[in-house]
Amino acid sequence: MKHRPLREEPLIFEHNGNRYNRGRFALPPLDVHNVDLNAVLPENQIRQPLRDLPDLGELDVVEHFHRLSQMNFAVDEGLYPLGSCTMKYNPRVNEAAARLKGFTSIHPLQPESQVQGALRLIWELAEALKTITGMAGITLQPAAGAHGELTGMLMIRKALEMRGEHRRQVLIPDSAHGTNPASATFAGFEAVEIASAADGTVDMDALDRMMTADVAAIMLTVPNTLGVFEPRIVEIAKLVHDRGGLVYMDGANLNAFLGKALPGAMGADALHINLHKTFSTPHGGGGPGAGAVAVSEALVPYLPVPRVVRRDGRFVVQWDDPSSIGPMRGFYANFLILVRALAYIWGLGPEGMAETAETAVLYANLVRHRLSGTYHLKYDAPSLHEVVFDDSYQHAHGVTNVDISKRLLDYGFHPPTMSFPLIVHGALMIEPTESPSPEEVASFCEAMLSIAKEAAEAPELLHDAPHETPVGRVDEVEAARHPRLRWEAGEAT
Amino acid sequence: MSVPKDLRYTKTHEWMRREGDVAVVGITHYAQDQLGEVVYVELPEVGAQAAAGEELGTLESVKAVSELYAPVGGEVVEVNEHLSDAPNLVNDDPFGEGWLVKIKIAEEGETLDAAAYEKLVAEESA
Repeated sequence: MKHRPLREEPLIFEHNGNRYNRGRFALPPLDVHNVDLNAVLPENQIRQPLRDLPDLGELDVVEHFHRLSQMNFAVDEGLYPLGSCTMKYNPRVNEAAARLKGFTSIHPLQPESQVQGALRLIWELAEALKTITGMAGITLQPAAGAHGELTGMLMIRKALEMRGEHRRQVLIPDSAHGTNPASATFAGFEAVEIASAADGTVDMDALDRMMTADVAAIMLTVPNTLGVFEPRIVEIAKLVHDRGGLVYMDGANLNAFLGKALPGAMGADALHINLHKTFSTPHGGGGPGAGAVAVSEALVPYLPVPRVVRRDGRFVVQWDDPSSIGPMRGFYANFLILVRALAYIWGLGPEGMAETAETAVLYANLVRHRLSGTYHLKYDAPSLHEVVFDDSYQHAHGVTNVDISKRLLDYGFHPPTMSFPLIVHGALMIEPTESPSPEEVASFCEAMLSIAKEAAEAPELLHDAPHETPVGRVDEVEAARHPRLRWEAGEAT
Repeated sequence: MSVPKDLRYTKTHEWMRREGDVAVVGITHYAQDQLGEVVYVELPEVGAQAAAGEELGTLESVKAVSELYAPVGGEVVEVNEHLSDAPNLVNDDPFGEGWLVKIKIAEEGETLDAAAYEKLVAEESA
């Protein structure tokens, strides 16, 4: 449980003037002439001292930020079940590998002969991910998931242009991540929503109707954001391919079938892989991310450059290729994220990889089993790595998903994803991942059951929650309507 | 949940009131309730062309961003300027002070009467 701090922690600006100035670092005397700036520069080119800049001793600064850090809830502190985010543990050995001098002290413009190890790492990771996904080619360049989506959609656009086709639409289910329509639009397509069937999967009749000669691609998340596997994925891909379209698969939920099934065999033409989710590199403010994109044979010619290729046992960089869509960012990738991802893959091996998916699915279903009946399940199709409840049972007591989530903080757990996917009103989207112990998952379930009891017996307790955290319920509406983004001297806080 | 009898409604939860050849458009009580506290309203410029059934603007709440669809087509002749300072009007008075845009009707759209809309809401909330 996150306790209130023993004393209030003011903003660092507010320390000013409230404490005895303990002095700053003593710098050695100047060994050059001291020049009077006013004598040599016009006034508007002389920097004036910043008003209200905090003026504190080193220890004061260390204490301030340390105390702030203690008020955070972090992924290393307990269950962080943010659905669709795969907040798994970041093994420390990955961090150790990413800090090796040989990786941190190189430059992207160094001669290939001096960085064979780094180039090999990029190549090895690419090969490993091709095996894991069953796809023909891959780029590790994109800097994050949505960047990967854009990369994939640009390759699809290029492939169609090369065929002399100008298809404009991209079909996207209403359960999709919001980034899907954004990426399709950014790549020059028109995003068209396709409604889900009653069980949360793609409505085949709607697909049949909407899959016209103007449709470039379908963007599907498998399993979808309800955690439900698309049982007709092969059939869907066939229908789309038969009518000249391509299949984009959002791999945000790859953790659900890692080492168990191959997107390549499902008919995907492009699939982005969030290395920062599925392959355990830090994410969520702890980035940078990496959104590798694996592709089918149809899209291999259009992969971005530069590419790392193996020639006669050596690794070389191919800087250009006329058929490529070109570079999607500077140089190769967020390289040190790739180091962590490969360390994770090699650390687990094929069996470990499959066990990851099994455990993640088992935990999500444990949560589903324990909480069903107490929390409403709008879509009750069998789910994999995450489960989406809603607050409709608690609504009778005037309690919403926000209240439930805030109360969870008092029990020492990070809240789940809320109000997403949009097709579930008042959604609570829970993804435990494979990382926690079974006991931790059980404790989370107990907390959720206890909160449901409180919702019925003492709803006001939830309305005002959280009670135990350093900061209580914040006024999100006021913050959004009248944001104050900058501290000003003399302002009350 | 109030559904005034004298208005026309869309399946996407907008309402429309005819004033001569102009349609006053807003979102319904049910829509604002589903959306939660509205914090930002993005409306078209006066003079923009609306097409019936097409996107006309967006409403943002602390929970979600939702599109506004035009019940009829035509030129946007007025937008509710008060909403930039007081988006809460959409929640507090959706059928009155919280109106969004006025459109000079050039193209009719598909709308429902109050009874049909009430039925739609009953189905959606079931």
